[in-house]
Amino acid sequence: MIKRLFIANRGEIAWRIIRTAKRLGMTAILGVSEADVESLPARMADEVVLLGAAASSESYLNVEKVVAAAKGARADAVHPGYGFLSENATFGRAVRDAGMIFVGPEIASLEAMGDKLMARKAGIAAGLPVVPGGEAADKAAAKAQAEVTGYPLLIKAVSGGGGRGMKRVDAPAQLDSQIDMAMAEAQAAFGDSRIYLERFIGRGRHVEVQILGDGETAIHLGTRDCSIQRRFQKLVEEAPAFGIPQDRHEAITSAAVKFAAHLKYRGAGTVEFLVDATDFSFYFLEMNARIQVEHPVTEAITGVDLIEQQLLVADGQKLTLEQRFVAFDGHAIEVRINAENYEKDFRPSPGAARVAQWPAGPGIRVDTHIGAGGNVPPYYDSLIGKLIVHGRDRAEAVQKLEAALGVLRIEGIATTAPLHRRIAADPRFVAGGVDTKFLEAFGHG
Amino acid sequence: MSFDLPLTADDVAEIVAILDKTPYDRLDLRTSRFTLKILRSGDGFTQEISFAQDAPAAAIVAPDETAAVAQGLVIRAPLPGTFYRAPQPGAAAFVEVGSAIEPDTVVAIVETMKLMTSVMAGCSGIVEEIVAENAKMVDADAVLMRVKPA
Repeated sequence: MIKRLFIANRGEIAWRIIRTAKRLGMTAILGVSEADVESLPARMADEVVLLGAAASSESYLNVEKVVAAAKGARADAVHPGYGFLSENATFGRAVRDAGMIFVGPEIASLEAMGDKLMARKAGIAAGLPVVPGGEAADKAAAKAQAEVTGYPLLIKAVSGGGGRGMKRVDAPAQLDSQIDMAMAEAQAAFGDSRIYLERFIGRGRHVEVQILGDGETAIHLGTRDCSIQRRFQKLVEEAPAFGIPQDRHEAITSAAVKFAAHLKYRGAGTVEFLVDATDFSFYFLEMNARIQVEHPVTEAITGVDLIEQQLLVADGQKLTLEQRFVAFDGHAIEVRINAENYEKDFRPSPGAARVAQWPAGPGIRVDTHIGAGGNVPPYYDSLIGKLIVHGRDRAEAVQKLEAALGVLRIEGIATTAPLHRRIAADPRFVAGGVDTKFLEAFGHG
Repeated sequence: MSFDLPLTADDVAEIVAILDKTPYDRLDLRTSRFTLKILRSGDGFTQEISFAQDAPAAAIVAPDETAAVAQGLVIRAPLPGTFYRAPQPGAAAFVEVGSAIEPDTVVAIVETMKLMTSVMAGCSGIVEEIVAENAKMVDADAVLMRVKPA
C-alpha cells in the first residue's frame, strides 16, 4: 500500500491530489518551485520539498530534480497530475528506476499516447476511425502533407496536449509562420518541437470518454463534452455529452473501451473523439494517459473518486468497479476560471488575488489553489480554479451555474468569470449541444 | 500522518445549509492550517480560504515611471513574462541593434503562462539598444528596447 505519496505538480491539481491522499491515510509530500513555497497546496501538504527556481525547466519540468526530491523524501509513489511531466515517458521510467511507483500507465502506453502520431497509428490498429492527416518532420514535409490533407488544417504538437502548440491554418500563405509559432510553443511547453497536420473539421464537437483500466479489464465512466474552447483551450466541460442519440453515444463509449483494451491500459485515461455535430459520426483523436483537468464533472455524475482509482491501480490492485455498477446521476458542468483578461483578448493577468470568494453550497464544488491573497505567478498555466456544478438534469445544472457565477468574486487579478457569465446566459448554451465554433460568435474564437 | 482532513465540497455544502437556516451572514471556521470564511452573498454563499500567518496584502507598487522618461522612444513589455529575442532557440533574433523597425514589426516574444505573445515595435525608427536580457523575466511595462526615431 502506498504510504508516502509525492505530488509532482502545482496549482489546483496538486491540492486535489493532496485531498484524496490524506483521505486514504497517505502522507502527502509536495515538490514546489521557489514561486510556490507559500501556495495553498504547499500549506496543505504534510511535507514540502523545494525543487528549484521558479522557471518550470528548473523545477516542475526537471526530471532529475523531481525524481531526486521524491527519492530524498522517501516517497513510495509519485503522482504527476496533468501537464508538466505527467505524460513524459522518460520521467515515468526514471521514477520506476528509482524504485518508486509512477501513478500512471505502463511506460509503453505513455510512449504510444505521448506521441500523437503513434496514437493515431494505434487508433487505426484498434479499428477506430481517425481524422485525415499525417506527419510533418520539417517545413518541406509539412507543405507536402498540407497538399494531401487540404485546407483548413490544424497543426498539432506530436508531444502535445491541452491545445498548446496547436494552430489552425486556412490558406497555404499562413503555413510557414504558423509552423514557426507552433514549433516554438511546442518546444516551450513540451520540450519537443515536432508537429503533425490534421484536417480541420468545421462543425465538430469535442467528446471524450473517461476510461479506467487495470491491464486486464477496462471500463468507461461515461462521456464529457468539451466543445466550448478558445484556441483549442477548453473553457467549459460537461458530463455527459448532451443531445447525442443514445446509439451513437454507446458506439463512442464502446470504441473508447475497445481502444483501452487494445492497449491493455492501466490507470485512468481519456479517449478523445471529434464528433460531427450534424450527423454524429465520430473520429478518434488521441488518448490522454493521465488525469484530466475536467475530471470532476465525471466524478460528480458517477460518485467515483478518479484520483483514488488511479492510486489503487498504481498500487497493483485490480479494479473492483465493474461496468454494470457504474451509475450516472444527473448532469455536471465545469467552467475554468483563468487569470486572463477576457476583454483584452485573454491577456494573462498574473498577480495577487486580494479577494477570492468562490461559490459554495449544495451541488457546488470548487477546485482551486487560490485563497485570499493567493498569488498567481507569471511562470505557469493561467488556471486558478474550477467551478463545478451538479444538477438533477442539464437545465438545473445550468441554473446552478448561473447562480454560482453570480456570487463569485475575485479581485486583484482579471479572470475569465465575466466570459462564463455571458456563456451561461447564452440561449445556445442553455439549449445545449453546441459545437467548437460556439465561442467564435463572441468575437473571441 | 495528518489529522486535519481537508473539507470536501459536501462538507462545505452542509455548512452552507446550516448557515442558511440561521439569521447569520457569515461563519469563520479556523483550523490549525487555514481559516475558511463562508459568506452570504445575495441569494447564494461564497467560500474563501485564508492563512492566519499572512501579512496584510502589501500595496501594489506601480511601475517606476521615471525610468521611462529617457530620451527617444522605448518598446515596453505588454505583460510580465520571459523575454525572448528569437522565435525559437538557435533561430536568428527578430531584430538587432541598428535594425530598422515599423510599428507592426515583431521585435520579440514574451512568454507568459506558457503563451507566446509577439511584441510589436509600436513605433518607427532604428533599434538603438536592447535593454532586456534574453530568456530573463521582465515585468509588465518594463523597457525592452530603446529606439531612435526615424
